[in-house]
Amino acid sequence: MNDLIIIFTTTLMYSTPLIFVSLGGVMSEKSGIINIGLEGMMTLGAFVASWIALTTGNPWLGFLSGGFAGLLLASLHALASIYWGANQVVSGMAMNFLGGGISIFLCRIFFEGASMTPPLDLALKIPLIFNQYATVYLSFITTLIIWFIFKFTKLGLRIISAGEHPKAAISAGVKVNFYRTFGVLASGFLAGLGGGSLSIVIVSNFRPTLISGQGFIALAALIFGKWNPVGSMLACLFFGFSQALVVYIGGLENVQISSQLLSALPYVLTLVVLVSFMGKSTAPSALGQ
Amino acid sequence: MRFNGVVLSAILLVSLSLSSYSLKAATLKVGMVTDVGGVNDQSFNQSAWEGLQKTKKDLGIKISYQESKQDADYPANLETLYDAKNDLIWGIGFKMADAILLAAKQNPKQKYAIIDYSYGNKTPPNVLGVMFKAEEGAFLSGYLASKMSKTGSVGFIGGMSVPIIHSFQYGFKAGALYANKKIKFNEQYAESFTDAAKGKAIANQMIGKGSDVIFHAAGAVGDGVIEAVKEKNKMAVGVDRDQNYLAPNNVITSSMKRIDNAIYNVVNDLGKGTFKGGTTIEYGLKDGAVDVAPTTSKMVPSVLMEDISKLKKSIVEGKLKIPATSSAFATFVKSLK
Repeated sequence: MNDLIIIFTTTLMYSTPLIFVSLGGVMSEKSGIINIGLEGMMTLGAFVASWIALTTGNPWLGFLSGGFAGLLLASLHALASIYWGANQVVSGMAMNFLGGGISIFLCRIFFEGASMTPPLDLALKIPLIFNQYATVYLSFITTLIIWFIFKFTKLGLRIISAGEHPKAAISAGVKVNFYRTFGVLASGFLAGLGGGSLSIVIVSNFRPTLISGQGFIALAALIFGKWNPVGSMLACLFFGFSQALVVYIGGLENVQISSQLLSALPYVLTLVVLVSFMGKSTAPSALGQ
Repeated sequence: MRFNGVVLSAILLVSLSLSSYSLKAATLKVGMVTDVGGVNDQSFNQSAWEGLQKTKKDLGIKISYQESKQDADYPANLETLYDAKNDLIWGIGFKMADAILLAAKQNPKQKYAIIDYSYGNKTPPNVLGVMFKAEEGAFLSGYLASKMSKTGSVGFIGGMSVPIIHSFQYGFKAGALYANKKIKFNEQYAESFTDAAKGKAIANQMIGKGSDVIFHAAGAVGDGVIEAVKEKNKMAVGVDRDQNYLAPNNVITSSMKRIDNAIYNVVNDLGKGTFKGGTTIEYGLKDGAVDVAPTTSKMVPSVLMEDISKLKKSIVEGKLKIPATSSAFATFVKSLK
């Protein structure tokens, strides 16, 4: 029973930041804009969340500020790829460099030259609800909201139309650029929240290596989840679960598997499930155009 | 064009002779290239720079550093320090091993030194490798962890299964067994030096299995380990530098590498003309290059601190040999019985 609880808790802990970022990917790519800059937006969000939580003493304010920092960085991506016609992959890559660079630059300015922030006091962390951090529940609620937006609202339909048939949408009077901008900004906001849910929840300090690859895993989860908010969330949970398995099996005394092999398990499992159980994953038809 | 070439080379010659002249007149110059952490990384690089600053204060050495933003910056930074006519150029961290080797071959008259790397018997004559007997520091923190544990079980979380991490692991285990022959261990590798979430998950699991003191030698993975310990109000042992500031009520000690002291020693040797190029130095407790953290006495009762100074004495005198590998550890365990 104790083992099950540990696997369950680890799964949730691992998945939460990924779910936020992956949902961010959904918002952007549904509107037709590729966003491989999620990692950079996540990094900036992680730093700003930690910084603001430390200086104001309010973790929620820090968490939200992380989101807005991601949004600010995303606005550059939106400008470049929607209004200036830049290649979306190149612009996204630039966001990854910028996000990491700006974080360290700001960190050095505000923390006397250090490239990591001091730790947040335990009392200043986001509260636990039923033994899980509140951000865990928030990530599920956010999934539901986004699912609802795409399923039932005009806003969702227009974002989808911008991503599927922008020309038809324009002739029907939909302001495609507006909805695409909305999608990219929302994606930056969510990626920033994802970063914050790592730097002030899972740990209590930011350092440059804190975000190393999570943004790209979230991007993979988005494709795995067929560009669908609920699917992406399930993909992130699946990835979190396989990491939890790695930790669990690695801790068993009578099972001797090399830890190198074991650490490849999440990626192997993902591949197996992707190839054998999932049908074709189709991107929005105007993605990247 | 030919005329220009002649003029240029003449200028070059003059400037070269001028600069070599000024070199003779000046005091020693030592520079260091940081790895990607930068000079204020609150870790290796910062400790190295503190060591150099001490040489400036005590020995009047001229010091400078070049920061690397990515691995690709190493060769260029080494070149910059070479052009600046340093007497000795430091590379901080094993990641720079290839860049240093290449630079040393290109500039055979320039002296280089590298932290945490040994080229073995292939060390070029102008390079000094500096290694640490991490196991000696880890032994002391293992002893403390074992004595402080209320559950009789301690944990070890390693980054990757490589020799440098093994020396921490077996040193720690040896110390823990030395303190309490019945101590139980939970050991696990994260296979990462960056995944803090994994560190936290492993630490939570170990706490669930009854370990109440956890030692990590896993870089940034340790942020997660210390966070888990902080949340569950258990104890942790930090690594490389004094990590007590990460959780002042929970990090009881840290197994430190005093890179500052190692750098100071080598630069001091250079000044005395006893720089041992072509070899690898192993610094341990007796050189003050590994130690338990200064904040240890804050958390640990003074009786144990006295034990630690006795243990230090026997290690320095060579009465107590600390294992750094799995086979040496097996021998050590036998000797305890």
